[in-house]
Amino acid sequence: MSDPKIEGYVFKPGFSGMAQDTGSDQTMFKGVHWGKAMMWIFLLSDTFIFSCFLISYMKGRGSTLVEWPNPSEVFALDAFGVPVPLLLIAIMTFVLITSSGTMALAVKYGYEKNRKMCAWLILATAIGGLTFVGMQAFEWSKLIHEGVRPWENPFGAKQFGSFFFMITGFHGTHVSIGVIFLFIYAYKTFAGHYDEKKRGWFTTMKGDYVEIEILGLYWHFVDLVWVFIFAFFYLW
Amino acid sequence: MEETKKQEQTTTHKIGIYLWIWGLLFVLSFFSYMVDWYQFQGLLRWSLILLFMFLKAGLIMAFFMHLFWERYALVNVLLWPMTAIACFIFLMVAEFEYTVFTRIFYFVAGG
Repeated sequence: MSDPKIEGYVFKPGFSGMAQDTGSDQTMFKGVHWGKAMMWIFLLSDTFIFSCFLISYMKGRGSTLVEWPNPSEVFALDAFGVPVPLLLIAIMTFVLITSSGTMALAVKYGYEKNRKMCAWLILATAIGGLTFVGMQAFEWSKLIHEGVRPWENPFGAKQFGSFFFMITGFHGTHVSIGVIFLFIYAYKTFAGHYDEKKRGWFTTMKGDYVEIEILGLYWHFVDLVWVFIFAFFYLW
Repeated sequence: MEETKKQEQTTTHKIGIYLWIWGLLFVLSFFSYMVDWYQFQGLLRWSLILLFMFLKAGLIMAFFMHLFWERYALVNVLLWPMTAIACFIFLMVAEFEYTVFTRIFYFVAGG
């Protein structure tokens, strides 16, 4: 949707467009911003990394004869004296989805050149992400206090801790990096760098609202990974 | 297809579609939490978890990441490698079943 027009180049929709793309002269994805194409390639490689983590978790959990800790008891939280299963995890899920929604709207308003709305929505996304990381830090410290370590835990199979810290830690790192970039981009949007086509810090590329979409792709991917972690690690 | 025609004129999508997807994601997350809340067990639990997971992932990819409106070349470049992951999952399922078998055979049954 962001793709700039190339003079004299008409892109066909559907499968003929795909044939045109893959058989294209010099470059594939003609007219697509290179940053966007590269972000997709990066996300594809990241998908493989997270898949390897989750598959190794499946293999570890499936091959142990010791009983696996019950996640809905391990991650239960006391609310008003009553243990509620997965309470914190559910709140974290809703926070991340909320921030994904604000990001999607930020991309939309960015393309409409609505600078203020776009910047406020990116800031809201960043605050949502920060809340998520904060709750994850709380969850980690709670489990560490209860004696969960990568090599042992009081609930059951010893492998539980190493998979938990590895998978949620890697996801949390992605969220943290995303939050840093969201704050930077919120500042850049507020300052109007994308309206006056100001060049970036590490690149000679002219500023454009397509950068918001690229950042958005990364942020939605972080949310996407959480969907799988939530299903396989916390619910299964 | 309606959306494609509109986007050429306005270059962005209506806000309604984002709010709809947002709402659907909330509802689906709520449902998947309810799977744990009511402590469904066995095949019902796993199929519900997978169903809600794939619906959520599909909605995020199709609409929030705009894959629904993207060119087919990009969609294919992204989705075909997933078959490699599926193969890897099948391989590792065979592997852990074998590991469990040898552990039961040597540690429990005593060889």
